[in-house]
Amino acid sequence: MNFDYNEEQQLLADSVRRFLAKDYDFDSRRKIVASADGWSPKVWATLAEMGLTGLPFPAEHGGFGGGAVDLMGVMEAFGEALVVEPYLPTLMAGRIVARSPLAGAILPGVVQGKTRLAFAHTEKDARYDLAFVKTLARKSGNAWTLEGEKALVAGAPMADQLVVSAKTDSGIGLFLVDRPAVAAFQTLDEVRAADVVFHATRAEKLEGGLELIEEVTDFATALVSAEAVGAMKFACDATLEYLKTRRQFGVPIGTFQALQHRMVDMYIAQEQARSMACLACSKADQSPDVHERMRCVSAAKIKIADNARHISQEAVQLHGGMGMSEELKISHTFRRLTVLASQFGDADHHLARLASL
Amino acid sequence: MDLNYSAEELAFRDEVRSWLQANLPRDLKEKAASYGHLSKGELLRWHKILAKKGWVAPAWPKEWGGTGWNLVQRYIFEEELGYAGSPPLIPFGLAMCAPVLLRFGTEAQKQRFLPRIYQGEDFWCQGYSEPGSGSDLASLKTKAVREKDFYVVNGQKIWTTLAHYADWIFCLVRTDPGVERPQEGISFLLIDLKTPGITVRPLILMDGAHEVNEVFFDDVKVPAENRVHEEGKGWTVAKYLLGYERMNTGRIGESKRQLAMLKEMSISRMHDLRYRDRLSRLEVELMALEITNLRFLDRMRRTGQPPGADVSMLKIKGTEIQQGITELMMQAADPAASDDFSVALRKRYLSMRKTTIYAGSNEIQRNIIAKMTLGL
Repeated sequence: MNFDYNEEQQLLADSVRRFLAKDYDFDSRRKIVASADGWSPKVWATLAEMGLTGLPFPAEHGGFGGGAVDLMGVMEAFGEALVVEPYLPTLMAGRIVARSPLAGAILPGVVQGKTRLAFAHTEKDARYDLAFVKTLARKSGNAWTLEGEKALVAGAPMADQLVVSAKTDSGIGLFLVDRPAVAAFQTLDEVRAADVVFHATRAEKLEGGLELIEEVTDFATALVSAEAVGAMKFACDATLEYLKTRRQFGVPIGTFQALQHRMVDMYIAQEQARSMACLACSKADQSPDVHERMRCVSAAKIKIADNARHISQEAVQLHGGMGMSEELKISHTFRRLTVLASQFGDADHHLARLASL
Repeated sequence: MDLNYSAEELAFRDEVRSWLQANLPRDLKEKAASYGHLSKGELLRWHKILAKKGWVAPAWPKEWGGTGWNLVQRYIFEEELGYAGSPPLIPFGLAMCAPVLLRFGTEAQKQRFLPRIYQGEDFWCQGYSEPGSGSDLASLKTKAVREKDFYVVNGQKIWTTLAHYADWIFCLVRTDPGVERPQEGISFLLIDLKTPGITVRPLILMDGAHEVNEVFFDDVKVPAENRVHEEGKGWTVAKYLLGYERMNTGRIGESKRQLAMLKEMSISRMHDLRYRDRLSRLEVELMALEITNLRFLDRMRRTGQPPGADVSMLKIKGTEIQQGITELMMQAADPAASDDFSVALRKRYLSMRKTTIYAGSNEIQRNIIAKMTLGL
């Protein structure tokens, strides 16, 4: 038993943190969010230089074969800095592509930072049901075409190619398409996304189906748990700092026991969340037992969802009016934590999944 | 990062587990499992079985009978005791008085008391709280006045757990009333309960059980050699004890066993989604607590530093979970049942309310984290 990062993991997390502190401070991020495309090719190039675009992919395609534990420190740093770059969409789609012969043609470009991907899976009314897919895949001769619509696909506007799930005669299949034209919009947490319509869209068939979608989604759920821990850390640190500096009635408001105890509960919630993120990431990597992996990921997501809600709401409340202000990072952290709480399933969804396992 | 126990740690766990299976007396296990109250004889029977095996005080130095186990092994052992449903080891001698003597005691005090604590020959209790001094412990007023080779003690202690079984009590007493800070002028005394002038009176709690007492001191003569550490330094001793080895305050092994029982009781209730979700959330809380506890242990192993104030969160979460499990058991049980177990369960619900109050109320634990960890 140990909870250490190994030296490589620690070095990587430290260098990502240093880079973000220098080039992805809140002001820089604000400019990126406000830019026309809503992401930064320059930042992306640096992430590639640091090896992050290769980290989650197999060595045979130029990657480093990293797992969730290798990515934990990175995701935590992303969460703390509220990164809006399409890292997770590229990672999810890339890990699906990695299981197909097409990987050799696609992944080297991803690893080098030239290509971005997104995973177009969720549809309207699917909620968090991964098996809910209405988009159709049609085969004529050796060629596949797709018909249907995917909703709120994060990272789609800046993706070169999309991995798409669609129904075939033999269940849910996975396909690769060139990204069609889309109308980009901003999600609640200021990430660019799009609804994507497929109409006689030419597609290439990939390996795998629902099981692979579940596996990659569990992997991504473990990662957003770590990302949430980073955002929680910022929320707690910023709130603690505010309690120590904000003065009312002639004293710092952190001298009031009513507020101290609420701050302590936030701190405990953050520690509990961190523990569950460790569990989810290590099981996403190491558990040979799918059942065990799903159980642990769901248990973690329940805690992450509950504590993300608790910490984000308390952080805003303890900041008073300033917590509501668009100007402060805390309100943007509130948005991110709200999204992370329900991404890949909210607490109710995972409570049901946990009970069904 | 690897959250699994190593092969050696698992082998150790299995060794402990199978020994417990073979040596934990069935009658004691059943009595503890049905929430019965264990007599002094029953508590000591289990103590002596462990002492004979050499496992009653793993954390002590080897020369005094410790096992030489590392932190993780000690943690595994304590969790296995809880998980097996063994009677509790009463901590006042083994885990409170002994560490104090080992850290601050004279050689003569160690020689005199430690072997008897180990063998279960002396039963200890703790004289801290007073009617006017609960959370504000440093305001305590029980007075000890030095007269030649003796202290003369006058005052009252309250909530003294198992004083009616005890042979000895360790007490915080005020030896100097004229100090500026209330933490000064307190001394740590070991008092033989057979000394004339001591009266132990039961306090019955709302579950009807006699666990705690009032202890009155009326001109009680205590030899000066029974003072531990310097006069006026009792608060240092008390603080040391608070920081000492509280890695098992979450009682995770015990809660795991209770949760397994709760799940069995809940089979017919799982169609009720509100109930099911409450149960799942409790289970998730316990998972999070266990991993947090292991993280602290791992950090302590790496840094060699005790975990400090953060341990308070194990107490807060551990007791909330214990109460949560008992409360849900009450809900799972048939409200119309009046068999022995159902009656005992209801009493246990009443009794478990104490856990968030005793050993530093959970509010005091929050104060500790606010001050020590967060710097508020």
